[in-house]
Amino acid sequence: MLVVKCPVCGAEGDETDFHAGGQAHVRRPATCDPAHVTDAEQRDYLFIRINPRGLHFERWRCDRGCGKWFHAARDTVTMEFKAFYGITELPPMDVIAQAKGQWAEYFAKRLGAERSRETGA
Amino acid sequence: MKPRYSVFSLARNAMNYHKDWERAWRSPAPKKEYDAVIVGAGGHGLATAYYLAKNHKMTNIAVVEKGWLGGGNTGRNTTIIRSNYLQDPSIAIYELARSLYEDLSQELNYNVMFSPRGVLMLCQTQHEFRAFQRTAHANRLAGLDCRMVTPQEVKEIVPIINDDPNCRYPILGAYYQPRGGTGRHDAVAWGYARGADAMGVDIIQNCEVTGIQREGSQAAGLETTRGVIRTRKIGVVTAGHVSTIMDMAGVRMPIESQCLQALVSEPIKPVIDCVVMANTVHGYMSQSDKGELVIGGGTDPYNNYSQRGSFPALEHTVAALVETFPIISRLRMLRMWGGIVDMTGDRSPIISRTPVEGLYVNCGWGTGGFKAIPGSGWVFADTIANDRPHPIAEPFGLNRFEEGRLIDESVAAAVAH
Repeated sequence: MLVVKCPVCGAEGDETDFHAGGQAHVRRPATCDPAHVTDAEQRDYLFIRINPRGLHFERWRCDRGCGKWFHAARDTVTMEFKAFYGITELPPMDVIAQAKGQWAEYFAKRLGAERSRETGA
Repeated sequence: MKPRYSVFSLARNAMNYHKDWERAWRSPAPKKEYDAVIVGAGGHGLATAYYLAKNHKMTNIAVVEKGWLGGGNTGRNTTIIRSNYLQDPSIAIYELARSLYEDLSQELNYNVMFSPRGVLMLCQTQHEFRAFQRTAHANRLAGLDCRMVTPQEVKEIVPIINDDPNCRYPILGAYYQPRGGTGRHDAVAWGYARGADAMGVDIIQNCEVTGIQREGSQAAGLETTRGVIRTRKIGVVTAGHVSTIMDMAGVRMPIESQCLQALVSEPIKPVIDCVVMANTVHGYMSQSDKGELVIGGGTDPYNNYSQRGSFPALEHTVAALVETFPIISRLRMLRMWGGIVDMTGDRSPIISRTPVEGLYVNCGWGTGGFKAIPGSGWVFADTIANDRPHPIAEPFGLNRFEEGRLIDESVAAAVAH
C-alpha cells in the first residue's frame, strides 16, 4: 500500500484516496505548434512511455482532498516516493540528479531549454 | 531423439524407482554465435523457439533467460484460455492459439492439461449484456463456437452463483464459449522447452542480457552476463521488462509495466467446473484440479517492477467474487502473487519488426498472454524466419501507433482490464 501526500493541500492518505494518472511531463505537441504535428510526435504523445525500472516521475490526483493534480517521483522497484511537487513544477534538483536513462535525458534537455530562455531574456 | 513419455515409460521407470528419468532439457553453455537468439524463456519465447526449429528448420538458435524458464508471467497467470475477442485481428490470433492448444499435449508429447471446460462471461448490466451480444455476433461471424445463455442456464452451469435478482449487479445472462477453458501453465513452458531442446535449441538460463550490439542499423549481437553472443536475428519476448531491453537498442516502446495479482484459496471439493468472468464487478475464478479456487482481477493503476501488488486491488477482486459467489466468503486464501504485465495503449499485443534490422519484438500481451502462447510463438517464429510480418501478426505491428490503426480491445473486448 502506497502512502501519498498531496503537495497542494497537504492531505496524506493511502493510494485509494488518490488517483494515479500515469507518466508525468508529457507535452501535447498540438498545444505548442498545432500546424506542424507529425504522426511520430502524436504517437509519442499518446502512446510512447518512459517505463523505467527504478526512479519514475508520475502524475497523481488528490481525489478525496483538494481534487488537484500534482506530480510525484517514485521508485518502481522499491515503491518508495522520493518527492511530491506541483503540477507546473520540476522535481527537486537532488531527485533530478538521481534520474537515469530517458528521464535523465529529458531533464537535461528541459533544464537546458529553461537556462537558455532565461539568458535570452 | 529423446525417449517419448508414455504409459509404458512410466511403468518402466516405476520399476526402477524413478531413478532413470532423463533431464527434460540440457543446460548448455552459450556458443559464440547463433542464427537467432530469443530473449526471454517464458511461454511465448519458448514457443517461438520451438516453431522456429519445427516449422522453419532453424535449429542453430538459443533462448536466453535471466532467471529460470517459465518463472515470470508464464508461472503467474490464472491459466485461462479463450478467444472471444471483438476485433477480427484479435480473433484470428487468439483462435489460432486456442486451436493449437487442443492437440498441444500430443504435439509436444507433454501433458499440458488443456481442459476445455467452458468460459462463462457474466452480463451484470444492460450495457454489458448488449456489448456481449455484439461480441457473440462478431465471434459467430468469424466462425467461433459461442452463444448467449439465459440466467437460468447460468445457474445450471454454475450452481454456486448468486442469482438474486435484487442484488446490486444481478445476472442478466452470459456469454458462453464452451471450447475455452484452462491449461497447466508450467507444463506449457516445460513442454515447449523439452520439444525445442530435443531439436537442438540451446536454452540458457541464468543469463541476463546487458546490452544489444549493432552494426549500423543491423542487430549484431547480445552482451550477456555469460559473455557476448553474436547473432543477426534477435527476438525480444520479455513481457514486463521489454522497455528495459529495447532501450538497450535505442527503441522506445508504447508500454507501461504494471503489477497484476492472482491468488488461490485452500483446496475444497469440486464446486465450479468452468471459468467464470465477472467483468462489471471485476474478478474471475476457476477451480484447479487440486481443488483450489484460482482468482484474478485487475492490475494496480501505477507502474511497478516489484512483482508485489497492492492490497486494495486484491481486496476489490475478492469483494467482487464474494458478492458473485457467496459460498466462498469463509474460505481462507493460501497464496497470492504478482506478475509484471506489459500494457499497451490499445490493450492489444505487439508482434513486430523494429527500426533496427534483425531485431524483432513480441510483447504487450498485458493481462492476457497465457491463452495466446502457441499462436504467438507460431506467427512470431514465422515473422523472424522470413523477416516479414506473418499475415496474422501484421495488424499488430509497432507502426499502428503512428498510423492510428489501433486494435482497440480496451473498450471493445470481453477483457477484464
